[in-house]
Amino acid sequence: MIITVFSGKGGTGKTTVSTNLFNVLRDSGGVQLVDTDVEEPNTHIFFDVSFSEQRPVELLVPKIDDARCTRCGICAQECQFGAIAIGKNSSVVFATMCHGCGVCKMVCPEYAITEVPRPIGVVKFGSIYEDGDYIMGQMNTGELSGTPIIREIKRLIDPKRLVIIDAPPGTSCPVLESLEGSDFALLVTEPTPFGLHDLLLAVKTVRALGIPAGIVINRDTGTFKDIDKLSEREGVPILLRIPFSKEYAMLYSNGKLLTEHVQELWRAFEGLYESVKGLVK
Amino acid sequence: MKVAISARGNTLESGIDSRFARCAYFIIYDTDTDSWEAYENKLAAERGGVGTRNSQFLLAKGCEAVITAGNVGPNAMSVLKSSGIRCYGTNAGSVKEAITLFKEGKLQEI
Repeated sequence: MIITVFSGKGGTGKTTVSTNLFNVLRDSGGVQLVDTDVEEPNTHIFFDVSFSEQRPVELLVPKIDDARCTRCGICAQECQFGAIAIGKNSSVVFATMCHGCGVCKMVCPEYAITEVPRPIGVVKFGSIYEDGDYIMGQMNTGELSGTPIIREIKRLIDPKRLVIIDAPPGTSCPVLESLEGSDFALLVTEPTPFGLHDLLLAVKTVRALGIPAGIVINRDTGTFKDIDKLSEREGVPILLRIPFSKEYAMLYSNGKLLTEHVQELWRAFEGLYESVKGLVK
Repeated sequence: MKVAISARGNTLESGIDSRFARCAYFIIYDTDTDSWEAYENKLAAERGGVGTRNSQFLLAKGCEAVITAGNVGPNAMSVLKSSGIRCYGTNAGSVKEAITLFKEGKLQEI
């Protein structure tokens, strides 16, 4: 079973939820924590991870043989990303703009394009409580898209295990890639108008993908009722409320797991998992 | 010689757009025949690859120089430079004025 933790809005507590859920399930065996927030992976901060392996992720980008190229410009025309320009006497490839789709090579009538691998990041494997229970991706500085790294991570996870994915913020390509194939989505939000707005985007996202979902309200003060209304209106249950607490904030900012220090939260996260199990088809 | 000007509108009276590749219109002016045409910039709101794609468009139109009010982005610049296209900056008030200055050789190359 794959449970993906995401939020729409950034900074609502995705990492708090994914790391603590992983922590309370550690004794059940075979649980894996996967960080697909490749621009800023941070789940490893909360554990003593011993990394064992690192694999490069490469994208195939075009290399144009200027001797064969007749400057017909078909490749530049077909490139949806403007990653190739054909000048009067030479060609220019913008490798960082290339998505690696390979269409340029397919359309070149002169067979002047070959594809060369370009490293864009890495997938790291490590162990926290048991062998191979941690995977994270990391994008190289300056890259524009981490989606291919997430795709590679998704290929490497074992769906027979219980997998908890800590997804990137937002509802764009990297999030969709993270959610794809998930059995359940935990939507983490905060009781603010901004949190509410992005929660609705998150609800629409999981609905479009047909993934069952539940809401976690973080930093709950009990005074902002609009999330309850949204939950009722959209038929997405609220599964956990983490109260607003200075103590929790301090624990988190010191890289500590809430469930290790607050007994009620240990039980609350166990309860969260039970609720999720009950909702997965 | 064909010159492309990044313009805010589609006439010779239009101001110069300081965004080169994301300008509202490209006015392509032929200094040999004093004829011109305006092209709406359909890529202006695109997320990326605008500089390279519009440079490619101007190349295909046979432009040999580019005039803008601001700067030309690095990607667009490398496409233009690789084909020997010259880029000029101006603070002229209108496309017409910029072309006059260009003909008189009074524009600064960027």
